[in-house]
Amino acid sequence: MSSENQETETQQESGEEKQDTQEKESNPVKAEEAKLKAKYPNLGQKPGGSDFLMKRLQKGQKYFDSGDYNMAKAKMKNKQLPTAGPDKNLVTGDHIPTPQDLPQRKSSLVTSKLAG
Amino acid sequence: MAGVGGGNDFQWCFSQVKGAIDEDVAEADIISTVEFNYSGDLLATGDKGGRVVIFQREQEGNNRSHSRGEYNVYSTFQSHEPEFDYLKSLEIEEKINKIRWLPQQNAAHFLLSTNDKTIKLWKISERDKRAEGYNLKDENGRLRDPFRITSLRVPVLKPMDLMVEASPRRIFANAHTYHINSISVNSDHETYLSADDLRINLWHLEITDRSFNIVDIKPANMEELTEVITAAECHPNQCNVFVYSSSKGTIRLCDMRASALCDRHSKFFEEPEDPSSRSFFSEIISSISDVKFSHSGRYMMTRDYLSVKVWDLNMESRPVETYQVHEYLRSKLCSLYENDCIFDKFECCWNGSDNAIMTGSYNNFFRMFDRNTRRDITLEASRESSKPRAILKPRKVCTGGKRKKDEISVDSLDFNKKILHTAWHPKENIIAVAATNNLYIFQDKIN
Repeated sequence: MSSENQETETQQESGEEKQDTQEKESNPVKAEEAKLKAKYPNLGQKPGGSDFLMKRLQKGQKYFDSGDYNMAKAKMKNKQLPTAGPDKNLVTGDHIPTPQDLPQRKSSLVTSKLAG
Repeated sequence: MAGVGGGNDFQWCFSQVKGAIDEDVAEADIISTVEFNYSGDLLATGDKGGRVVIFQREQEGNNRSHSRGEYNVYSTFQSHEPEFDYLKSLEIEEKINKIRWLPQQNAAHFLLSTNDKTIKLWKISERDKRAEGYNLKDENGRLRDPFRITSLRVPVLKPMDLMVEASPRRIFANAHTYHINSISVNSDHETYLSADDLRINLWHLEITDRSFNIVDIKPANMEELTEVITAAECHPNQCNVFVYSSSKGTIRLCDMRASALCDRHSKFFEEPEDPSSRSFFSEIISSISDVKFSHSGRYMMTRDYLSVKVWDLNMESRPVETYQVHEYLRSKLCSLYENDCIFDKFECCWNGSDNAIMTGSYNNFFRMFDRNTRRDITLEASRESSKPRAILKPRKVCTGGKRKKDEISVDSLDFNKKILHTAWHPKENIIAVAATNNLYIFQDKIN
């Protein structure tokens, strides 16, 4: 019961200060925007624009050169190759993928735990 | 505060929870879609591991007025497997993006399940009889020597333990270059649509080698790409009408009678934006993650990052109702952008009579709004409130300085506990809520 009274009190308060809160409404978002720009000054001019959409469309894209891979597999016995960078999924350019780098693809043949 | 969705005198109670309890959640176990069938007797879930689990409601044999049938496992099968498109060097996830049931026409049940690239029609049928006394084969199935058979007999049907079989009846593949986000069965029960980021296709349920492209928003020059399709749905009773939503917060309603290619919409729904509130985040948080028609077909509901909006199909200029889901996140957008949470795609759903709507939030909270009384409630899907028929206590997030008892502050919210998928029984007050790898079922309790 007491919690209900407290709720109506807050409602009355916000009614009086409604104009104030409306003015402040955009401020938290603007403040967040300023924070983001401060951290990443090079963030694109087009927010949610082409770059972000292109990334969405390219989900799942893996880059793999079978020639490089087989060469690396052959050479592996002889000398040590540059190890994988922090992002194992982004295998492209002059990094030669080794068998360990390739992400394992296996289907889940185990029954779902929801059915357990 | 009393519950929402059917009057002032009922409250939501815990009914069941499915799934593992352990803290270590395997990625494959994350539930990615939840859907009741048309009668509500079957509840299907899909997960990231490409598996479908179907629960069936127990028949209410005992006449206990306050108890309801429980949902138990009916069938489970591997719907999709991970694939690799060697030509495009593209990894195709087995995650089930959507499940949609077909209306029941005979004893078997049919559903459509889709991952990013392929839609499958599954038939789920029961077998409770077996024929015995074949002439050409013996009890073990081995063929008998035909020359040894001296008499004929008629095989007899004998009862057997119920077996539920799921078999793929149709595979609709190779029609989507981009990732499928929606499927929707048409009210004609013959066709369905599938939508990816840039295109929408119309299929006939019987035909797998052809589909009609009905929407194509791919620009001639990909550099000019400004928006993608985020969701699409067929109208519940007008088989020529469908809608699709975009990443820019707009909804287009299309009429298939108008032209073969529905690139030009019949109606365009967009809420005018207040230019003074425009920010870096505006477009991202306006992106619509789900669109659902009301059962009546008069309204549609859209979910964007912070709110749920109800639109009257007769009014394109602005929604008729807007409900704030978690407005307190507005002051956290920077960190939500950094941890990618701002891109989370929440779904929304109507109750059977269209007077209440539900959607998920973070910290395993989910929200319900009563359209008539304008009351809203926040509930939590948690193992702690999981005693049978335990009434769920409303939750409150405190935004200001003073945190009252039982409130939780915004900074304490667990953003890894997202409720993206919820479903409401088509006729009763029973809801299914997917909390990562657990499925919660809640029911109302009439006082």
